[in-house]
Amino acid sequence: MADRKIDDATGVETTGHEWDGIRELDNPLPRWWLWIWYATIAFSIGYWVLMPAWPGLHGYTKGLLNKSDRAEVGQELKALDKQRGEGAAMLRTASLEQIEKDPKLLAYAQQVGQSVFGDNCATCHGIGGTGSKGYANLRDDVWLWGGKLEDIQYTITHGVRTGAEGARMSQMPAFGRDEMLQPKQIDDLTEYVVNLSHRPADAAAVARAAPLFEAQCSACHGPQGLGNQQLGAPNLTDADWLFGSDRASIRGQIYAGNGGVMPTWGGRLSPETIKALSVYIHSNAGGQ
Amino acid sequence: MPTLIDNTRKPDNRSAVSAAERAKGKGDAKGGLYKPRQPIYPKLVHGKWRMVKWALLIATLGVYYITPWIRWGRPEGFPQQAALVDFTGRRFYFFDIQLWPQEVYLFTGVLIAAALALFLTTALFGRLWCGYACPQTVWTDLYIVVERLFEGDRNARMRLDAAPWSFDKLWRKTGKHLVWLGIAFGTGGAWIFYFHDAPTLIRTFWTGEAPATAYVSCALLTATTYIFAGWMREQVCTYMCPWPRIQGAMLDQHSLQVTYLRERGEPRGAHKKGQSWEGRGDCIDCRQCVVVCPMGIDIRDGSQLECINCGLCVDACDDILGKLGRPTGLIAYDTDAAVAARTCGQKAVYKPVRSRTIYYAVALTIVGGLTLWSLVTRPKADLHVIRDRNPIFVRMHDGAVRDGYTLKITNRTFAERRFDVAFEGVAGARLSQPGQTGDKVTLMVPADQVISARVFVTAPAGADLPASVAGRFVAKSGDVTAESKTVFLSGAANPQ
Repeated sequence: MADRKIDDATGVETTGHEWDGIRELDNPLPRWWLWIWYATIAFSIGYWVLMPAWPGLHGYTKGLLNKSDRAEVGQELKALDKQRGEGAAMLRTASLEQIEKDPKLLAYAQQVGQSVFGDNCATCHGIGGTGSKGYANLRDDVWLWGGKLEDIQYTITHGVRTGAEGARMSQMPAFGRDEMLQPKQIDDLTEYVVNLSHRPADAAAVARAAPLFEAQCSACHGPQGLGNQQLGAPNLTDADWLFGSDRASIRGQIYAGNGGVMPTWGGRLSPETIKALSVYIHSNAGGQ
Repeated sequence: MPTLIDNTRKPDNRSAVSAAERAKGKGDAKGGLYKPRQPIYPKLVHGKWRMVKWALLIATLGVYYITPWIRWGRPEGFPQQAALVDFTGRRFYFFDIQLWPQEVYLFTGVLIAAALALFLTTALFGRLWCGYACPQTVWTDLYIVVERLFEGDRNARMRLDAAPWSFDKLWRKTGKHLVWLGIAFGTGGAWIFYFHDAPTLIRTFWTGEAPATAYVSCALLTATTYIFAGWMREQVCTYMCPWPRIQGAMLDQHSLQVTYLRERGEPRGAHKKGQSWEGRGDCIDCRQCVVVCPMGIDIRDGSQLECINCGLCVDACDDILGKLGRPTGLIAYDTDAAVAARTCGQKAVYKPVRSRTIYYAVALTIVGGLTLWSLVTRPKADLHVIRDRNPIFVRMHDGAVRDGYTLKITNRTFAERRFDVAFEGVAGARLSQPGQTGDKVTLMVPADQVISARVFVTAPAGADLPASVAGRFVAKSGDVTAESKTVFLSGAANPQ
């Protein structure tokens, strides 16, 4: 039991607790303080009555105000859907060019496009859209199937080499595997393609391969090797290579004629979403 | 310098009682564990400090009620109110100053400067804030005026409270509380005008179209004003306010505070007309200093936590001394050091310049100066640049390299502005944006808004740049220029 004493200066009893000579006076609390305590009790009773409060075996007391956080979240989600609907309506009526010219619509489309891209496209093309070997880089200015807004929209909607109607289609022959050319000829053609992209190559081999290129490759890639977007045939004279730029990669491509497949997004994403995605990709690549 | 130790507070003759006995309501007539408020009936006093208090009451209340009604010319579409905290528009307007949420640090500066000014004032003159300018003091003063109007001065009020209920008592009390509630409502009502267009709100408030926050804030401030100024009064200062506890750290023996000059006043006692003043003090124990005190204390007990330094006891004592023909100033604004010096027969010395006042003044000058400087030199436009991190650069078909940036341009002016954005640091760099390309791009920023735009910078093929080039964006619009440093990554560290 603490030792209760009377404080000399004030005549008030101490609580008997002492810390380094400092004693605590047992002064009464002000009365209004007590009232505040009563007020909180009154408040809590009101709260029980009005708000969900007591858990039970089969649910809980609902309270007179019938407040439910779950119902409120449902309403917020509905409001969000409505808001999205308004955005979608804006995208539906505007043309791709109009979307890109209107700063507000552009910002909206970019936001929608970014999240859709992350969900659906980033798996192959990378989160930054830079692609990788066999998957096209969507951030540079090289477009196998065209880089205009409508071209991008078409490619996303119909896909590439899916076999579906309307899909982008082309197939490079497997010159080696299907034994259309001799290995020696493929070696020569490899040197020819290296030379096309302004790199040092075996001049004799290049000379030997010239008629071969003319006969086998120029139909799609063009006599100068500049490519053809109608056929998805890449330009062989620039610094951009989908399947690699070194001799082994080029040789492998002539041998096997790889061609990637991109899914058809038409039925899976709404036309408005594809529009937003097209604008996002187009504006992120600097536009063409 | 001898320090005067305050031994004036003698233990009173209250008998000590245990908490348990008090709980039972036996030992102490006041009863119980909980102390009821001792009613205080401050008497009206006249004098120079009372005049200063009246003047400050009118001035501070005037500023509070009138400020939201001052109109201020701003372009069409912007608030025409001089002082407005626009939460929905996320702007703060104060005459020609218009602040954005990210400039809230200026408020911090103002608040720190205000705190330092309060420290300095307290170190020099004691609790002037408490006694003259604190809203609690000002509104309590106003409420006591109303109380006096209905119930009369101190003695009449005490009689009325002791009297049984009668029609007279009923209408006086009812009238007082109604006027109090009216003032409280006016206080809460004026507050909300700082947050909405006042002429609109005063109409919509009554038609029920005002925002819910306006009604809630108004109700809350009405309640606090009525309760604090009408019912709680000095208890707010004594029990709730932290400032009386903190201010002890700012005061020292050279701070002015309301002081009873004991060496002159004691020994006190009743004085009959014609009696000699030899061998006795000037205090005639008339208790006028006690009855006028809004805090209900006796200043003759020495400096106390409850004292708000309002000087009303000074006025009351001077009034009595004047009638007695004695020199005034028995209770006066004085320092402990001066009192101690006089007690020892030395000359009283006042030292307004001392280390703590110098520290406070220097800190106040620095903080106030920095805040003012930041406000005055605040740019009209801001440019922030976020570099793309994925990819960090893109190689073009011809070997050119393109970096992507997101630019945020803030236009703080009241007019739409056209910014020409250029990139410095890479020779021959081309800028592009959907729809435009060139050595600069043009971005329109609406008045009082911030835009976000993607801009690409392309270094020409064969530029032979180092891996990382220091560069900067410059956005120009007439006389307004905003810049931001950034880097251009050329890809030299990632050969093809």
